Amino acid sequence: MRIEHHLVPENPIEDTSHQNSVELRLVFPCTQSNVRLALASVMAGLGAMNLSEDDNSSIEIVLAEVLNNVTEHAYHDEGVGMIELQLKQTQSGLSCRVIDTGDAMPRNVPPAGNPPNPDCPLEHQPEGGFGWFLIRHLTRDLAYMRQKDRNILSFRIEVGQSISRN
Amino acid sequence: MQLETAQHDGLMVITLLEDRLDAAIALDFKDTMRDLTIDAPPRVVLDMQSVRFLDSSGLGAVIGAMKQLGSTRKLELAGLKPAVDKVFRLTRMDSIFTIHPNLAEALGPLPVDGAADPKGRAHAY
Repeated sequence: MRIEHHLVPENPIEDTSHQNSVELRLVFPCTQSNVRLALASVMAGLGAMNLSEDDNSSIEIVLAEVLNNVTEHAYHDEGVGMIELQLKQTQSGLSCRVIDTGDAMPRNVPPAGNPPNPDCPLEHQPEGGFGWFLIRHLTRDLAYMRQKDRNILSFRIEVGQSISRN
Repeated sequence: MQLETAQHDGLMVITLLEDRLDAAIALDFKDTMRDLTIDAPPRVVLDMQSVRFLDSSGLGAVIGAMKQLGSTRKLELAGLKPAVDKVFRLTRMDSIFTIHPNLAEALGPLPVDGAADPKGRAHAY
């Protein structure tokens, strides 16, 4: 696993004393155990953002769902293929981009992620389909692009901006 | 995967001793729950106090474990950490389970002095 962790000025021209932003880039082979390792690295790396426990859990949930989807659906759980994860702290939250070279999404559209229905009788209660609901619920500006052989999914997670406030 | 079980009167406690219930162990968890609850009493309490993180695969496995118990037995949950509770709440799946703040609440009032200790076992998968 290759991990690059930078603390870089968001805009070097302006006064950067209170505008340091976190940037992370991870590239790793897509296996379920690597997804676990990647999430641990990301959450450690984002520690510099001093986020609330609630914000941290939103980020971990969204990234887990996205990376699991790539591993399971784009790469069919075969453990062959790379995932690139790019994260950047911005004024409006955490800007995220996930790139892989697996299969395209069906009809080149990310799933709608319909809300689950708890009123459904238990024996018919689905045991899946929650992932895209959680992703869409916890992100903004979600966009998917198929570019040649690459899937590029980008989104933003709104989080407290404690660094820029301090 | 590490679990512990304890038998109380009419109630079985399964404690999941894992930091994460995620895609990497969700299927194993569901299968293990099936094995452990074959002869379970009407109430099965899953103590999740060790679980810091749950993803949608883990959520699906908990729902699957509940369905495996059939209509005469119930899976209850205890000790949901904030990130775990959040996934249940956002998906509204908190409403299909009885959720106790912790195991002590699930067990109810303490037994009188002299009551037999629960029979416990550790399981590694």
